[in-house]
Amino acid sequence: MQPVPTDTRKERLLSLLSATGPLLGLILLCLLGALLNPDFATLDNLLNVLTRTAFIGIIAVGMTFVIMSGGIDLSVGAMAALIAGAMILIMNRLGAGVLADAPLLVVVLGIGLALLLGLLFGAGHGLLITKGRIEPFIVTLGTLGIFRAVLTYLADGGALTLDDTLGDSYSPVYYGSLLGVPIPVWVLLLVALAGGLLLNRTAFGRHVQAIGSNEQVARYAAIRVDRVKLLTYALLGLCVGIATLLYVPRLGSATPTTGLLWELEAIAAVVVGGTSLKGGEGRIFGTLVGAILLSVISNILNLTSIISVYLNAAVQGIVIIMVAFMQHRR
Amino acid sequence: MSLSVEFSGVCKDFGPIRVLHGVDFSLAPGRVYGLLGENGAGKSTLMKILAGYEPISAGVVRIDGEERSWLSSREAEQAGIVLIHQELNLAEHLTLTQNLFLGHELTRGGLLDERTMATRAQHYLELVGLQRAPATKVRQLIVAEKQLVEIAKALSRQARLLIMDEPTATLTPGETARLFALIARLKAQGTTIIYISHKLDEVKQITDEVVVMRDGRFVSRGETASFSRQQMANLMVGREMSDMFPPRLPPPEGTEIALAVSRLCVPGWVTDLDFEVRSGEIYGFAGLVGAGRTEAFEAILGLRERKGGRIQLAGKAVRIDSPLAAMRQGLTYLPEDRKGKGLHIDLGLAENLTLMTLARYAHPWLDKGAEQAALTRAINDFGIKAGSHSARARMMSGGNQQKLALAKFLHPDPRVIVLDEPTRGVDVGAKRDIYFLIQRLAAEGRAVIVISSELIELIGLCHRVAVLRAGRLQAVLPAHHLTEEELIAYATGTH
Repeated sequence: MQPVPTDTRKERLLSLLSATGPLLGLILLCLLGALLNPDFATLDNLLNVLTRTAFIGIIAVGMTFVIMSGGIDLSVGAMAALIAGAMILIMNRLGAGVLADAPLLVVVLGIGLALLLGLLFGAGHGLLITKGRIEPFIVTLGTLGIFRAVLTYLADGGALTLDDTLGDSYSPVYYGSLLGVPIPVWVLLLVALAGGLLLNRTAFGRHVQAIGSNEQVARYAAIRVDRVKLLTYALLGLCVGIATLLYVPRLGSATPTTGLLWELEAIAAVVVGGTSLKGGEGRIFGTLVGAILLSVISNILNLTSIISVYLNAAVQGIVIIMVAFMQHRR
Repeated sequence: MSLSVEFSGVCKDFGPIRVLHGVDFSLAPGRVYGLLGENGAGKSTLMKILAGYEPISAGVVRIDGEERSWLSSREAEQAGIVLIHQELNLAEHLTLTQNLFLGHELTRGGLLDERTMATRAQHYLELVGLQRAPATKVRQLIVAEKQLVEIAKALSRQARLLIMDEPTATLTPGETARLFALIARLKAQGTTIIYISHKLDEVKQITDEVVVMRDGRFVSRGETASFSRQQMANLMVGREMSDMFPPRLPPPEGTEIALAVSRLCVPGWVTDLDFEVRSGEIYGFAGLVGAGRTEAFEAILGLRERKGGRIQLAGKAVRIDSPLAAMRQGLTYLPEDRKGKGLHIDLGLAENLTLMTLARYAHPWLDKGAEQAALTRAINDFGIKAGSHSARARMMSGGNQQKLALAKFLHPDPRVIVLDEPTRGVDVGAKRDIYFLIQRLAAEGRAVIVISSELIELIGLCHRVAVLRAGRLQAVLPAHHLTEEELIAYATGTH
């Protein structure tokens, strides 16, 4: 018999604050960056930051669904590395063999492979978590080890490098631009837009939120909980595939350190963006802002010498803990 | 031994909202008081102040004539005032002994004195009639047993004033009878007892005096014997309630069999259950907690393993393996646990209402305007009092949450609706609304199945009542055979 609070105004203010908080933080951070280094506030640097945000931002969009449904995926960095390695191996083999005259076709096949592998890995996670009834934390911790070890084995501890001819055909995917905006930024915007629509305007998105808010209630409300959860992991896998196919043409190689700590950055972006780690509440726009905010921090560290750039991950770690702490207090 | 209480001008504010407006009354030692009021009347808040869980905003509380205020519930306990919560506060992974002595562990030479604690725990468990070893873990108990552990815990704190908030909400008639015997014994020993319950028949049965509150104010008091149940209900609601139940419609004749279940077996719960419900019929399920009523329907819905059993809807054999399949065949189930299974209390009202039928609103983009329109219709249809359409479910009172839950499980327009404890934890006014709603559903030609532990409710509403005991059907009683004695006799196997 709790008293029924009649003022939803405070509630609304809080939700407004949590919606605009990350954006406010980003603006303040940009002002700080502009003050510290005149190079910060240039169009070149802005596009550079956004391009670098693309990988993590795309993965974080998928991660938003997983976290909102009450799950987690720690394997995304290792998954990206393995997909990159597998892509390069197969593309090199195709490019040196039957398809030697059609490098463009090889690139298209490679891209298809990246998407397919991401989807498969994600669906595998989903199956183990729903049908196997294993904690997502354990499943993805296990595959984190597996993915990275397999890549290291394939690369024989060194690097897998894309053949030059293929690299030349593939490089526009990362280095090219449309209307002055780099391709990866376009892809990031498209993925975020699609993610936002999926989350806020479809039955699937509502079901994800319902499961994260209370799985048992969702089960009694005739929602196919296992199927929805499996789809969130498959969706995240697909996002990892997209991020990887943008990443490979950048350096043209995969090494045992490819995608290192991407899981930290992606989860941090989601949490900074206002998605509750307990599930049930979140926004794609917030995630996008969170991802940009994190790369602005790393950009400022690069441009200034206040804190060593080697401490970038430490700063991100501190940010994620601070935000989670504030979420908890709220 | 016992203690007297006096409230004088007690006020309580939560932020800008005042929920208690200067409450004045006093309680003499060694009596059993019934504290009555609808949800939101301020009973629980007042009791939380008395037991040290909430600070007082204005006014005084005098204990044995002396002005007292507590900084914590621990201080109140030291003065002999113990509150047994509506929500159970037990540590699931600890044993009964560990729970009983949580925060008050006995030690010897700096180490836990396990043996003495176990012996004492055994004593208190026997006192409340719980036949479980003190080393049992709490998570192995059913809800009713947990309630008894809470009471044993209160006794172990040497309570001189015991406040019980809806203690029988989860108890079976047998356990309730045992609790009442215990209350009588405590009273004889001089303990003052404040008993909060929505069940007026219980209040009538065990209290000496009733105190009625409404809208955060003291309304009336008097010897229990001087009030009829009807008068109590009227005082609580503040208006005449001519009758709790709608006039019973004649049982439907010649309508189709909407749901037929035969030889249903649920391992560990239900054996060979057969029943048939007609369209337009209100069909009750009585039984003790653990008799297998909820489990039978969870199995029918595919939420629980079932062995054998045929399910027919409208004469057609159907395969149901999930709530979704059941819903598509025209069967939905309102769970008994509103916050744990029935409603997303952290989501909005429209989100809750349309969750089961989102396909209707997605083309493929969700039509939020249509969802809001559906909410407006539901608010009018079901008499939901929601502060604002954008409120979250948790901001509403229990009665309004329950109406929203009913609206949600009726939104798919089922031909068979199963209502598990449809009035648990709701106030008298909302109860009456729900009874009238149930009858309306039957009059619309739906088959309505009501599972309830409140016999009065089954007797007042149903055309027929099936009684389950230990997973087996004992009897199906027609309306003119429905009495509390008869139902209890079948439910306990003493017929």
